[in-house]
Amino acid sequence: MEEKNKSYPIMIIGCATVFLFLTMIIYICSYAISNERVMMDNSYNAHQQLLKTKNSRGTIYANDGQILAKTVTDANGNELREYPFGKVFSHVVGFSVNGRSGIENLANYYLINSHATLKSKAKAKENELKFPGDSVYTTLDVNLQQTAYEALSAREGAIIVTDVKTGKILALVSKPDFDPGTILDEWEDITSDKENTQLLNRATQGLYPPGSTFKIVTSLEYYREKGDEYLNYRYNCNGKFTSGNDTIKCFHGESHGALDFTGSFAKSCNSSFANIALQLDRASFEKTLAGLMFNSELPWDMNYSVSTATCNEKLADGDMMQLGIGQGATTVTPLHMNLITSAIANDGVLMKPYLLEKVETEDGKVLEEFEPSKYKTLMSSDEAYYLQNMMEKVVKEGTASRLKGLEYTAAGKTGSAEFKDSTSDSHAWFTGYAPAENPEIAVTIIVENAGSGGEYAVPIAKRIFDAYFGK
Amino acid sequence: MIELYLTEISKYVITGSMAAFTLFSFLVFMYKGEKRRGWIYALQTVALFATQFACFIQIIAQTGSKRYFLLLMIQTLVLISTISMFKMVYPDGNRLLINNMCMFLMVGMIMITRISYGKGIRQFIIASASLVIAFLVPEILFRCAFLERMGWIFAGIGLAVLLILLIYGSVTNGSKINFRIAGLSFQPQEIVKIIFAFFIASILAQKKDFKTVCIVTAIAAAHVLVLVLLKDLGSALIYFVVYLCVLFVATNQPLYFLGGLFSGAAASFVAYKLFPHVQQRVLAWKDPWTEIDSTGYQITQSLFAISGGGLWGLGLYGGTPSSIPYVEEDFMFAAIAEELGIIFASCLIAVCISTFLMILLEAYKIKNNFGRLLCVGLGVTYIFQVFLTVGGDSKFIPLTGVTLPLVSYGGTSVMVTIVMLSLVEGECLVRSDERYQAYLEKKREKMNGRKK
Repeated sequence: MEEKNKSYPIMIIGCATVFLFLTMIIYICSYAISNERVMMDNSYNAHQQLLKTKNSRGTIYANDGQILAKTVTDANGNELREYPFGKVFSHVVGFSVNGRSGIENLANYYLINSHATLKSKAKAKENELKFPGDSVYTTLDVNLQQTAYEALSAREGAIIVTDVKTGKILALVSKPDFDPGTILDEWEDITSDKENTQLLNRATQGLYPPGSTFKIVTSLEYYREKGDEYLNYRYNCNGKFTSGNDTIKCFHGESHGALDFTGSFAKSCNSSFANIALQLDRASFEKTLAGLMFNSELPWDMNYSVSTATCNEKLADGDMMQLGIGQGATTVTPLHMNLITSAIANDGVLMKPYLLEKVETEDGKVLEEFEPSKYKTLMSSDEAYYLQNMMEKVVKEGTASRLKGLEYTAAGKTGSAEFKDSTSDSHAWFTGYAPAENPEIAVTIIVENAGSGGEYAVPIAKRIFDAYFGK
Repeated sequence: MIELYLTEISKYVITGSMAAFTLFSFLVFMYKGEKRRGWIYALQTVALFATQFACFIQIIAQTGSKRYFLLLMIQTLVLISTISMFKMVYPDGNRLLINNMCMFLMVGMIMITRISYGKGIRQFIIASASLVIAFLVPEILFRCAFLERMGWIFAGIGLAVLLILLIYGSVTNGSKINFRIAGLSFQPQEIVKIIFAFFIASILAQKKDFKTVCIVTAIAAAHVLVLVLLKDLGSALIYFVVYLCVLFVATNQPLYFLGGLFSGAAASFVAYKLFPHVQQRVLAWKDPWTEIDSTGYQITQSLFAISGGGLWGLGLYGGTPSSIPYVEEDFMFAAIAEELGIIFASCLIAVCISTFLMILLEAYKIKNNFGRLLCVGLGVTYIFQVFLTVGGDSKFIPLTGVTLPLVSYGGTSVMVTIVMLSLVEGECLVRSDERYQAYLEKKREKMNGRKK
């Protein structure tokens, strides 16, 4: 056996094995680390229970440090979750018994973990307490939330207030509501009550006909197709518009007379917009809808519903007219409407909406901070200026005139969305922003079954703007 | 309070000393000859016992039970005497393999003890007995050169054992066969792994003409087929890959290897179409999350454990390894990652690679054809089993349900792996003897030259 001692197959086998194992180790580490949070929130994961027995759930704070939810231990050593503001933050902060919702769910991973220093852990152990869980600071503003909560009073509906430059959610109200502190006792009532659907977060999950607020979208499409020609648009409104067998009526059959484009928008003339809708290119409108996130995902980390608005080449004239005024099969969530409004106010750029500001340990060490981030450019700045201009006119000369002549200037669009064919009952909408010259916050309001937006939603917007500007 | 500090600090000590051990286990390759490697082995031993000590500190801090002290002392004694006695008995042996083996046994015993005290003790007893056998094996292999020529007999024994299992299994309708002899459960197919390696090494070392290759391939395929019928897919794959590698090394023919891989892929596809239990495993691998209640349960629990441990682990007794069914057999890797951390677990795999590379290096150096092929066969058996279990636990590949050699619970498996490593040590003796003979030869030639 005087063959050469070298064996290249052995080298190949060795190299291949090393390569295979390196790939596997990298895969395992990256998979484990990148999916840690998702897996921790999985209800099948025993680690959750383990952390619950070790750590007490962390505190949730408002943007100014007021406590929105905290864990207290009663005399018998039982842990309870306490919500100092009761029902005011019910949907947005949520609950953490019998499942989780709201921020309690969104920030669960942080709340159940504890990164407290060894010293404070040791101290907790000495006092026979659990380790203090990490706390989260939210973007929520107590003043605005309370104002919105009170302004909606006993009505059903939703309000959402965001900072247009950063995407911070400042307030988020949905009614009817529940008390997260006592939800366990009322669980039967709440879950069996199909009519009231108290647990539904109407601001993000409620699908409403957008009504006239959708004219923002129709107008954007018109401008995209015609450009400055919109200035030459003229229409004479006699209270209704008919094409073939389909007729669209203005709100309460009102005749608006001679209108240009801006006037049609400011006065919210349905007949004129039905007329406009028929002049639009349907394929192009379909693209605009997709670009504004209709029928698709929203940049939102919690439960929400997908808004629907259908337009295609085959859409019948009657449906096209309905679409143009935001009626028919079109539905939208208040959150979605607020995102579109914020993008307009922020010159076309939509910031990713967010609720969590930072995560801190019990000892005040910052673990994670969340920065504003751009999500998408929904429209060009030119298109945004055009819509801003029109929305200002709504306040100056149109349906939102209750916001006129204040120390700040607001802009927006009202809506009175009919939700039953038979009656003239309508949901009152307002979506807008302020100050008009340098927008800071966007407010979207829906009051169910109230009447016209100008009458019922705009005054609520005024109270919120007043609270924000400190009036 | 002191327990808390001890648990936390020992986490870093465990990871740190394990990382050091791993580093040394690769540093060894930089130096030629066991003598020059002496200081590395010494440091490696220190790292080994530092890891063990820190683990026990953690266990005692968490449980407050003193019985672990005694266990620690006895285990340390057994490991220290293994390491030091081996050096004395076999100065020509390879000490890296012994050190690595002790590390695996140590980690395994600690984890099994943590999961179930009784099983831990049993594992310890079996491992200790196997270590005694391990001292005899190299000498036996070195002296019994006739084993090299018994290939066909090994083929007959191996296949016969598997066939008996198949008949017995069809009667009792079980998939994993455990024979219980005197209260000890015993898995014959583990032992067949060694017999198989002997069989192919022995025959391919003597002849590698096309006809022989065909016959050996047919017999090897028969082994694999019986294992598939036994529903032991993991073992079937191991035999297949081992055979391909040994054939490749024996013949130097890449075509055999590539052809084998190709036909293996084709066979896997057929098996996938034919057997529902294969399909089930592949589906549970592709998307375990939708089947989290049923077929995906084990793998998702394993993933929870691996990701839940973080870099440094939750600490011994800090996690929930028992939520994974059959954790101490098939999911040891996940349990280790959970409680000792992903760095530790990665280091452990790295030590497995170090062990394998050392076996290959021995195979590379040895001139005896049989010895070389036997080392390759045993080494591949070992590393491919590691790959199957670690890959299966982490969803890198479908789950096949094989144990992590030396670490997982299972007496037969531990004993067989210890014997496998001892056989490699036996080949080390053969190799040093070759070198010694060559040295004598040279000397003789020199003297003859002088005479002339």
